[in-house]
Amino acid sequence: MKDNRLISVQDLKVYFRSNATTARAVDGVTFEVDREETVCLVGESGCGKTVTALSILGLVPVPPGDIAGGRILFKGQGLLDLDDNNMQSIRGNHIAMVFQEPLTSLNPVFTIGDQISEAISIHKNIDTGTQRERCVQLLRDVGIAAPEQRLNDYPHQLSGGQRQRVMIAMALACDPELIIADEPTTALDVTVQDQILRLFKYIQKTRAMSILYITHDLGVVTHIADRVYVMYSGVIAEQGFTSQIFNHAKHPYTRGLLASLPSRSKRGKRLYSIPGSVPDPAHKPEGCPFHPRCPHAIPSCWSEYPQMCDYGEGHLARCPVLFEKTKKTIDDK
Amino acid sequence: MKNSAQKEFKEDFQLEEPLAPKKTRFQEFWLIFRQNRLAIIGFFIFVLFFLSAIVGLVLTSGQDPLFDPARIRLQEKLLPPLAKPNLDSLAPEDVPAIGFYLMGTDDLGRDVFARMLQGAWVSLTVGFVAVGISVLIGIFLGGIAGYFGQHYMRINHIVLASLFIFGVGLIAVQSPHLGAACLVLGFLLICYQALTKRKPRKKSMPSWTRFLFKNAISVDTLIMRVVDIMLCFPSFFLILTVVALLPASIYNIMIVIGLTSWMGTTRFVRAEFLSLREQDFVAAVRALGVSNYRIIFRHMMPNAIAPVLVSATIGIATAILTEAGLSFLGFGVPPPHATWGNILSDGKRFIFDAPWLTFIPGIVILIVVLSFNLFGEGLRDVMNPKLRERH
Repeated sequence: MKDNRLISVQDLKVYFRSNATTARAVDGVTFEVDREETVCLVGESGCGKTVTALSILGLVPVPPGDIAGGRILFKGQGLLDLDDNNMQSIRGNHIAMVFQEPLTSLNPVFTIGDQISEAISIHKNIDTGTQRERCVQLLRDVGIAAPEQRLNDYPHQLSGGQRQRVMIAMALACDPELIIADEPTTALDVTVQDQILRLFKYIQKTRAMSILYITHDLGVVTHIADRVYVMYSGVIAEQGFTSQIFNHAKHPYTRGLLASLPSRSKRGKRLYSIPGSVPDPAHKPEGCPFHPRCPHAIPSCWSEYPQMCDYGEGHLARCPVLFEKTKKTIDDK
Repeated sequence: MKNSAQKEFKEDFQLEEPLAPKKTRFQEFWLIFRQNRLAIIGFFIFVLFFLSAIVGLVLTSGQDPLFDPARIRLQEKLLPPLAKPNLDSLAPEDVPAIGFYLMGTDDLGRDVFARMLQGAWVSLTVGFVAVGISVLIGIFLGGIAGYFGQHYMRINHIVLASLFIFGVGLIAVQSPHLGAACLVLGFLLICYQALTKRKPRKKSMPSWTRFLFKNAISVDTLIMRVVDIMLCFPSFFLILTVVALLPASIYNIMIVIGLTSWMGTTRFVRAEFLSLREQDFVAAVRALGVSNYRIIFRHMMPNAIAPVLVSATIGIATAILTEAGLSFLGFGVPPPHATWGNILSDGKRFIFDAPWLTFIPGIVILIVVLSFNLFGEGLRDVMNPKLRERH
């Protein structure tokens, strides 16, 4: 069981310090990704998803940012203690990242062949001919037609979807164990989004790698996730297998998110939205960070920081109020 | 399972066909550049100048050159352009190769055309080498300032740098013991830092060493203030002073002009880097595990090079002018080597008797500098993506 764990993030805290205030962007996040597993990190904008992903790769800009605590274990190795050189040999080689904006994530002055083969040449000692073959194979794998010719194209000659495929090919270049995909479909339209999602699924199946998929789109989550972590204001609010989260949500925030999804049964009705907005990471409320927006809030939520409550089978939620209520209903039965 | 997944994938994904127009960057570039007539004229004069400088170097140097810029024919002095030599009084080897003096002769009877050809090479090399030096310095400092700008120089860095500078300086002014002591001290400091870096930084260090790790000044501030200081110097007079101190040679002049004109490039490159650094592709490349210097010089520099290229073209014109000015004042390349500046300067004594001695080099300098400027402006238009969309 222990061997199966690929990466585990334990109580990670990333703060951004400015002169007057400290923004606690990530405030004690704990999660794991097993081998050959697709894990989704879901949350609103500004809840710390991207910062979590960046800190796994050690890409948080350090003068304003500050890794205030926690550990990141990748195959048992602490990533936060590594120096620059060792970290560079992890990036791209063992952990790769696909970014949100395919339109700007490719260097406009190099051909895509150059960019993919650079990823290979940095980490692997391969001659240029083999590199080229590998590039062609990668491009074919991610579904780009006529890869031999496309190799010499510049990014501006590709469409958004194609560029995201190239980004994925770059991430795959060194056969990493883990791919972090930071909202890779947000900038794309729905049909392309669907293609890219299926591409991720296909990659995950054929290459046996793990994917940490970061998104704010619950529709995407149902498509690809094995397990889901719901983040709110820099902490994990709820975690569990996809069916548990979608059918038996135990945190009021997750319930709010699910209720605000449009669906056929809600046709014609006004769509639900969670009142208020995500708290400013520099001025978080006391107690439960969700209490100002929570319909179930009781006075103790104002003062006590909620602990994770275990519902069994890997399903945890950070809301003692609902936990008590569920327990009561079970006891009553 | 792998095969079935692959099959399903093939059916689903290989639908997208290439759609983008097939035009190389160079074709695109030429299409726009072609429409700017002045820039085209500038470009052709630039090419002509380049060729004639190279041809001039070949034809005017060597043991027995075709055009000898140093051959003195006192009986033929101050002849106007296109004048025929007097074949009776002239030894056959003194007759110019083309049979007449295309640009006349000067007060010693030397062929001005040959001298202009020789001077073209000087102007060309001074322009390119000086600008090359200044662009290299500018790119390096600008890149560092733009990319690492937020990092701080710590007090120990400054102590180290000053130790080494003092050490070298002391050795240079003939006190080798003190100088060597400074260098050894600096070396020990490096060793000490290398040792302490290994251990996790603890508060158990003595307080005076902790003082060494205080932040002093950001890299950006340091470099940009040096740029400001350099800009404050009236650079022509700085060059005059330096040239007066150093032995006059063409290489010293190139280096001095290069070392006093890198500030503009530094500012350009820094400004470009500040905006490039925040772009997604830089983050993406970092996520691939590319090292910082590779990011700066391989990934960001080609994106920042356009304004540098434009300013370099105009910089070549300025360098040619500066060299001509120095030669005119007698600080430039030493005679008998001809440069456009010293032809002009020699000719000014005869401006009423032989006006071509001043007008010819003057007009050539004007045309070359103007063509470089026009070409530079044309380049700027082509490389500016906002102007590009109009076409």
